Amino acid sequence: MARQPIIQTYGIRKVYGMGDIQVVALDGIDLQIDEGEFVAVMGPSGSGKSTLMNILGCLDRPTEGRYLLGGEDVSHLDRAQLAAIRSRRLGFVFQSYNLLPRTTALNNVMLPLLYQRDGKLSTAEREEKAKLMLASVGLAGRIHHDPQELSGGEQQRVTIARALINDPLVLLADEPTGNLDTRSGQEILALLHELHDRGRTIVIVTHEPGIAAQTERIIRLRDGRLESDGRDGSAGGARDSF
Amino acid sequence: MGLPEAHVTPSEVIKVAWDGVAVNKVRSMLTMLGIIIGVAAVILMIAVSAGTEATIAEQINSLGANLIFVSSSFGGMGRMGGQTTGATLVYDDALAMAELNGVASIAVEMPSTQLVKAGNVALDEVSILGTTPGFPSVRDMTVTSGRFFNETELERTSKVAVLGYGLAQELFGAESVSGQSAIGQTVTLGSTKLTVIGVLAERGMVGDTDFDARLYTPISIIFKYLIPSRFARMMGDAVRLVYVETESQDVMDDVILQIELLMAKRQEVPVEELTVNITTQQDIIETQESTTAAFRSLLAWVAAVSLVVGGIGIMNIMLVSVTERTREIGIRQAVGATPSDIRRQFVAEALMLSLVGGLIGVAAGVGGSWLFGTTSGMRTVVAPESILMAFGSAAAVGIFFGSYPANKAAQLDPIEALRHE
Repeated sequence: MARQPIIQTYGIRKVYGMGDIQVVALDGIDLQIDEGEFVAVMGPSGSGKSTLMNILGCLDRPTEGRYLLGGEDVSHLDRAQLAAIRSRRLGFVFQSYNLLPRTTALNNVMLPLLYQRDGKLSTAEREEKAKLMLASVGLAGRIHHDPQELSGGEQQRVTIARALINDPLVLLADEPTGNLDTRSGQEILALLHELHDRGRTIVIVTHEPGIAAQTERIIRLRDGRLESDGRDGSAGGARDSF
Repeated sequence: MGLPEAHVTPSEVIKVAWDGVAVNKVRSMLTMLGIIIGVAAVILMIAVSAGTEATIAEQINSLGANLIFVSSSFGGMGRMGGQTTGATLVYDDALAMAELNGVASIAVEMPSTQLVKAGNVALDEVSILGTTPGFPSVRDMTVTSGRFFNETELERTSKVAVLGYGLAQELFGAESVSGQSAIGQTVTLGSTKLTVIGVLAERGMVGDTDFDARLYTPISIIFKYLIPSRFARMMGDAVRLVYVETESQDVMDDVILQIELLMAKRQEVPVEELTVNITTQQDIIETQESTTAAFRSLLAWVAAVSLVVGGIGIMNIMLVSVTERTREIGIRQAVGATPSDIRRQFVAEALMLSLVGGLIGVAAGVGGSWLFGTTSGMRTVVAPESILMAFGSAAAVGIFFGSYPANKAAQLDPIEALRHE
């Protein structure tokens, strides 16, 4: 297979609560997402899709199972190591943007570079890089604006620029159009398509079938399990290919 | 773990910390108040004690360590207990002390207050000091023009006067002190005319006495013309203070004992009932030191309490800040900030608060020391190392009280933090 696997999970379980009351959020997820794929994760609330995204985003660790990100086992890393992985390999796009207030678009985009641990750049180089990134999402003229001076669509573009600045293995987008009007939402989706066309691996969580339909592959979760995987039409497809 | 260091440079840490402080100016200012007071108190405290030490050192230098002060307990009002009434310390006592073993020299003081006239200038309530030729040497006074009076003039009750620097200027004009213009002039004390034979060099305030505003004259002039005593023939002339200079410091105790016995014999009372005070330079220094030590320890407590209260204030406001900025912390964590990156940011912010407070406190302390020095008459010397020390304690307070909120921030769960409203 020419395409490298980016995300590989083996029997991931996530159990909340200690002692008597236990809530199983994820109950054995086997999944593989390859380089350049554009994947939508769907499922009703409580299906475990947020938990899955948190684990895939290295914001949380699975209770059981293995998670390989770019071939590197990240299931048992400590918090500092996970932070380093997020810095190096992951980009996040949030429903509510999560930009720093009172901070210009440029500085927001530069933020991940601040916590970079390899390939250190000078301030001028980082500014240059952030400017290019903002230009690539169509915000060249708004780099010195604070988030509150930007429209929702513009804020989401800043978030995407911030997510891409460290050239991550995968872009994780949690309801990226959830707070936007239809038109802005379509523009953001178009931007994601453009990134995908240029080879970017993208995983988005959405509850809108219309948006999910625009991706290449839909993964459905229910009660912490894979209900279906658009790759081969059934759950557990990833395991078969391994 | 062996993670390489993050990219965050000191200047960025400082910038982010400064932004955190500057966003809430009033709040930050109020938070810094404790630190400001603490640091100012540290500087003031050290300035006061350094000033006192300098004053004491100066006094030791000017007076010499082998000086005994004999003074009358009741301001020369009367001898108690005996069948005679009169002064407790008289001129003849002083002369007898001069004869004791181990005594190098003596000087005697008796003050008075008089209206002084010179030409058309008249000054009321001028402090007159009747004394003996040894006075300039024991009080470390030098004559800037003319000379001090001598033994012959003392014995003959010569009508001569030596003017303090400031008094000479007031009586004969500002230029009189440099030239000879005051010398040979006549000053009138009440009805007694004295010839000016010298002007003393500027000395300034010593304790609460202005040495420059006084007129110095042979003590015999005081006895004869200014405050003649009805009992003088019987008892001798009252004096306020006798300076006894010993030959060396080793014989001090011996001389003190001799003075006590001499006075007991002359006053015909047991030693315990003596109405004279015998003190040494050491006693005076100890008294002064104990007063300033009390003052100093008070300030030290104020400083310590303020710094601790200031530190708690910083901790409180940092905890509020961590809560307010939970989402920001989550964002930073999501894009790659490690717990130690977050911790460093908040410690830096606490440090920034305490250092800015420290800086203002240093300014207040230096200004306060100056103000205190000029208004209280207590000398203050701002030591550069006290500024460093105060700054250092402010920094320590910032780091100490900032660590708890910073750790709290560092331990936040990124998912919870991002969800925080």
